[in-house]
Amino acid sequence: MASITRRRFIRDGVAAVTISYAAPAFLSDIARAQGASSRNLVVLYLSGGNDALNTVVPYTDPFYYSRRPNIAVPAGQVLQIGTDSAGKAVGFHPRLTGLRDIFNEGRLAVVQRTGYENSSRSHFQGTDIWGTADPGTTSGVGWLGRYLDSLGSTDPLVAWNTTRETPRALVSRTVGVPAIPDARAYSFASPNTGAEAVAERDAATRMAAGSDSSRPHLAFVNSTTLGAFGTLDRVGSVVSYQPATTYPNTGLGLALKTVAGAMVRGVGTRIFWVSTGGFDTHSNEGNAGAGGYANLMTTVNDGVFAFYSDLKNQGLLSSTMLIQFSEFGRRISENGSQGTDHGAGAVMMALGGSVRGGLYGTTPSLDPDPANPTLENSGADVRYETDFRSVYAKVLDSWLGVNSVSVLGGNFKSGPNIL
Amino acid sequence: MPRGDQPIDHLLRRAGFGASAADVALYGGMSLSSAIGQLLDYQRQPDEVDSKIGQDAYVGVTTRGGMFSPNTNIEDARQRWLFRMVHSQRPLQEKMALFWHQHFATAYSKVAGGTNAIQATKMMALVPGQLPGPQGQLELFRSRALGKFRDLLIEVARDPAMLVWLDGRTNTRTRPQENFGREVMELFTFGIGNYTEQDVYAAARVFTGWNLRLVNPAGNAQDPTSYYEFVYNANQHETAAKTFTFPISASAGQTIPSRAAADGMQDGIDFLTALASHPETARRLARKLWNFFISEQESAPVAFVEGAAGVYLKNDTEIRPLVDYVLRSTWFLDSRSLYARYSWPVEFVARAVKETGWQGFSIDNARTPLANMGQTLFEPPDVNGWELGAGWISTGSMLSRMNFASTLAANQKFNLAREVPTALRTTPDRFVSAMLERFSPMAYADGARAALVGYVASGAAWTGSDAQVNTKAPSVARLILGSAEYQFV
Repeated sequence: MASITRRRFIRDGVAAVTISYAAPAFLSDIARAQGASSRNLVVLYLSGGNDALNTVVPYTDPFYYSRRPNIAVPAGQVLQIGTDSAGKAVGFHPRLTGLRDIFNEGRLAVVQRTGYENSSRSHFQGTDIWGTADPGTTSGVGWLGRYLDSLGSTDPLVAWNTTRETPRALVSRTVGVPAIPDARAYSFASPNTGAEAVAERDAATRMAAGSDSSRPHLAFVNSTTLGAFGTLDRVGSVVSYQPATTYPNTGLGLALKTVAGAMVRGVGTRIFWVSTGGFDTHSNEGNAGAGGYANLMTTVNDGVFAFYSDLKNQGLLSSTMLIQFSEFGRRISENGSQGTDHGAGAVMMALGGSVRGGLYGTTPSLDPDPANPTLENSGADVRYETDFRSVYAKVLDSWLGVNSVSVLGGNFKSGPNIL
Repeated sequence: MPRGDQPIDHLLRRAGFGASAADVALYGGMSLSSAIGQLLDYQRQPDEVDSKIGQDAYVGVTTRGGMFSPNTNIEDARQRWLFRMVHSQRPLQEKMALFWHQHFATAYSKVAGGTNAIQATKMMALVPGQLPGPQGQLELFRSRALGKFRDLLIEVARDPAMLVWLDGRTNTRTRPQENFGREVMELFTFGIGNYTEQDVYAAARVFTGWNLRLVNPAGNAQDPTSYYEFVYNANQHETAAKTFTFPISASAGQTIPSRAAADGMQDGIDFLTALASHPETARRLARKLWNFFISEQESAPVAFVEGAAGVYLKNDTEIRPLVDYVLRSTWFLDSRSLYARYSWPVEFVARAVKETGWQGFSIDNARTPLANMGQTLFEPPDVNGWELGAGWISTGSMLSRMNFASTLAANQKFNLAREVPTALRTTPDRFVSAMLERFSPMAYADGARAALVGYVASGAAWTGSDAQVNTKAPSVARLILGSAEYQFV
């Protein structure tokens, strides 16, 4: 496959782009050689800026209730998950019953107050920074892209993006990661049938195979076409996967079911990207029982818990790790719309067979005193404590088995011991 | 007018949605300058495209459960907009409407979630006069497509769909709401790097009281005669002065003065006027228009950005002279600009239909394929709009483009075959040349063209019989429409 990435064309110019081809017929062999037993990483992105304080609720902090008169989760309804290292108790949103169960099994790690200095409150800049893993850079190759580059694989299906747009994190120098939201739609049609359709597809392959590096954009599209033809059969094999677990009928549920199917079928994918949106809760968050945020929590909980149960059934838990992030947390005080505006410190989670479950990082005090060191922006936002890159470093070093210093371009090995 | 890299064909791909056979006949006789004039001065052409919907000579629409209801059913609104892209006599107006839809990206689903499907469709697409209530957002974009950006920006800030989309209707004196105040600076005007968090707070306070009210004579918000309209709610307006880090006006400096609540709507007008007239807004619009009309593959040269920004500022933020400058610039016709932009999915669909033909084809066939290509009209992924350029291209989206081409070509197979005269059926090579005449991909390299000829020659020996042409023509069309060379405009 051509080693061209999409955004590089626009943001880095075409000069840096190089192309190489491998015959599509060999790709599935390569994938199989890499083996279904390889470790998988699933990245779950909560798009829009998740309100961390209503996910992991500091229900003993009186300022939580005074600053959120309409949207605070009542203390009596939170799901207990214990105390942080300073002895401050926190609890999950009441809709996260499945995650609480995984937590109790010791397979869910919760890292409070993740982020970086001078957090961008922009969705797009923030998402790009979490993607590049460099607060100074919002363009170019992403942290998972650099990991993919380190593998030296020529198989586009080494990563699988279940959303329509390629996230910054998956932008790679060597792999054009396919976007496959729905394996059923990943098919090829012809106006004709039988031998005529086969001849047409052969011609399409020949048309796509001929482009040269002097026209890199054309070559990029052609390499994508070849990548499509080269992955059709493997992706098609996932369609028939029938899990014993029932997944919720949501976009996230369908995506995670597809991911589990790809793992079970052993298509060779190492990195999966899934996302669910709607977290830009400027209004009508609600609190515990009803409202927009409770629905979001239900979507996350039901999808992730079904996935976890499915992997357990399939004996794939030990080879799987899922990490969750969002581009920022939200302001501490609710706004006039029973919602929250863009803030800073965020919550990350990790789960899987090898994850050391528990509560990591300390809970902020929500006292709006500008001198409160756990807050920033004059007490408006939660200040980060754990650099998000230190969580990435842990995943890279201890799960994916590559040197995080080279992938992240710096030493972030001091992170929480979640693996 | 022959197909290919000719200036007018290029112009129609960029400033329109490609050229049908009739467009080729119409524009082919014009000089480039007159063609640009014809496109820019579109008010000289009748605005009657909607009246053609349902007529035999045009691409069809599909109704579900009764009448075609583009003002109250979002799927029908999507069909109407695609129909306009294919058939409008004012292609640049539709093209600019699409540009503004991307610039002020607003998604129907959240609007519907905050109201209901009927009201949300009216907010997105109501043609004024067809039902009670203000025009839909798309009609705002169409009516002000080339007008003053300042006026468009102010209308967008009062637009019912926008007030739901970015939560402006919940922005109140006691609890300012930052969503619109932030995005109007980050995305709609001068962009990131030109404002601070303190500006975001101040901007939120500026728009307190900009709200909606439901006008509900039938007593039922589900009734198509009910509607939402803008209202300035003075008692929700925060009257204190607002100070920014950038100039608001020559007289007031960086501060919007304290005003009586009744006059407080002027705060927003002052603020938007300042943003629209800011030189960085001018440059940002210039760069966006460069990417839209000239090239995504090279960034706009300083000379272009400064020239275009100057035209915009000199003309009091009017867009028509700016687009005129863009289309008549030397960069527009530079050979490096040809096919230097990835076609958006709706551009791909409209152009494929215009070039392949549409007799007996319903534009509704594009609905699911467009979703799989990554572009559902009225449903951008977020307020930043769609990821453009190479971002459109993935294995899945390429399969969707190829598969839509297959559906269209199979539907048009007899038309495609019939239009290749016997004299051009004598050899596979000549047949391919005849087929290529109706499409406008970038020129094929020898190998790609040989693959097309090889396909036609495959199977039984070539005779050029009707049966053979009926089989080969749709697959050749599919191969062309699905080729990399066709994914650029």
